[in-house]
Amino acid sequence: MIELDGVGYSYGGGELLQDISLAITPGSFHFLTGPSGAGKTTFLKLCYGALQPSAGRLRIFETDVTAMSRDAIALARRRIGVVHQDCQFLDHLPVMENVALPLTVSGQGGGAAQQDLHELLNWVGLTERATALPPELSGGERQRAALARAVIMSPDVILADEPTGNVDWEMSERLLQLLVELNRLGKAVMVATHDLALIRAAKHHVQARVVRIAGGRLQAAGADL
Amino acid sequence: MRGAVTLLRGDTQADRVVPPTGITARLTVFTAAAMAFLAVFALALSLAAGRLADRWGEELARSATLRISAPEGQMAEQTRAALRLLETTPGVAGARALAPEEQRALLEPWLGPDLPLDTLPVPQLIEIIETEEGYDAAGLRLRLAAEVPGAVLDDHTRWRRPLVQAADRLRLLGWVSIALIGAAVAAMITLAAQAALAANAQVIAVLRLVGARDVYIARAFVRRFTLRTLTGAAVGTAFGMIAVAALPGGGSGEDSFLTGLGFRGWHWLAPLLVPPLAAVVAFWATRAAAGRTLRALT
Repeated sequence: MIELDGVGYSYGGGELLQDISLAITPGSFHFLTGPSGAGKTTFLKLCYGALQPSAGRLRIFETDVTAMSRDAIALARRRIGVVHQDCQFLDHLPVMENVALPLTVSGQGGGAAQQDLHELLNWVGLTERATALPPELSGGERQRAALARAVIMSPDVILADEPTGNVDWEMSERLLQLLVELNRLGKAVMVATHDLALIRAAKHHVQARVVRIAGGRLQAAGADL
Repeated sequence: MRGAVTLLRGDTQADRVVPPTGITARLTVFTAAAMAFLAVFALALSLAAGRLADRWGEELARSATLRISAPEGQMAEQTRAALRLLETTPGVAGARALAPEEQRALLEPWLGPDLPLDTLPVPQLIEIIETEEGYDAAGLRLRLAAEVPGAVLDDHTRWRRPLVQAADRLRLLGWVSIALIGAAVAAMITLAAQAALAANAQVIAVLRLVGARDVYIARAFVRRFTLRTLTGAAVGTAFGMIAVAALPGGGSGEDSFLTGLGFRGWHWLAPLLVPPLAAVVAFWATRAAAGRTLRALT
């Protein structure tokens, strides 16, 4: 679904990523680790077309990203659910509308979608907070709302950037469970995190591959889980 | 057309995506209203100048004056000779010598009402009315020089041309003003739209993240600015039309340029085009601004 072949990314004269090769296939589960500033977020941005590689070849859903129009990238993003570390909500809209945003922008906000929305809010435990505004949510609630928004279009791939960065351990486990459930439904999942405890906890639930970015390069991080 | 209908019908969910922008909205409406008000005046000026140019051009082009200056004893004879000559001149529909009362009326504004015309060496004036085809002024002058030596032909060209030119320039100035107002509206909307887009950079980033196409994001801004401009321009046009209607002498004849300034007949429909045209300008200006801004984003 997403294939990187010798991908590099330069910015401001410096090479942030070099010679990255990885394939995100249906049903796969990846953990992406590495120190802060190593390029994990940049890697994820490349994967959903927010950045263009400066070297190598990147294919998203069988199409070379350099050949994709802005509209094509927008349409591809409907098949890629993204959970940002800072969640990125529209603060003037209630949680329910924020979660439904992918449906709204794709013109699918009809009656059936509303039913799915309520089920999804129930799944992430936010039914009671549906009408709250994002600034009123706790860190964990924001992350769950971001996850609900990422999956509402039933995407093929879920990319999560430090989804447990601002939450306690109990909530981290809860979010991990939600991601594992999605993976069991056949979704490809990639979680960028520096939380090794989370990676260790995951081994009880899912067969995941751990990769590490260091010095701008992707390395296998020991044995896969 | 379908796009315009979709734009006007709107999408309430999509409209909610971009937060309201308070002061920008009010300023856009106000500026559009002010520009529309000025556009109505420029339109009134241009149409009035056009009417004057047409009227002066037509009326003065169809007439000429023959002035006969001769010694007392020869005045009547030269006048008759001139009239006979004019009767046989191709292109002259009619000619008549002005009566002393008419000549007195012409001089009255300058010399006063009790003018003793009999005691003054006033030339005899003959009014010439042309046919559609007109006459050969140069040929007529040659014949007059030979047969009526005291006659001077004034075909009004000398002073008619600058008047018509002035009215034409005024008309052009009015249209240029309207074009400038349109350009100013476009510039103002572009600046306001760019400010709104910059203020909503985070909103746009989120929309792009969840798969919104540029056209969806742009439409939210385009619709908002188009409707604001349409509303403001409608208000400004209404006030402009009321102000033009209230101009002194606006409803009477066109005795002078000032009292003739305004709309006549179907011209009253012309200002009604100002709001939709302003909306069209706003539509394209916002669309261009949104396109530029969005293309610069990832």
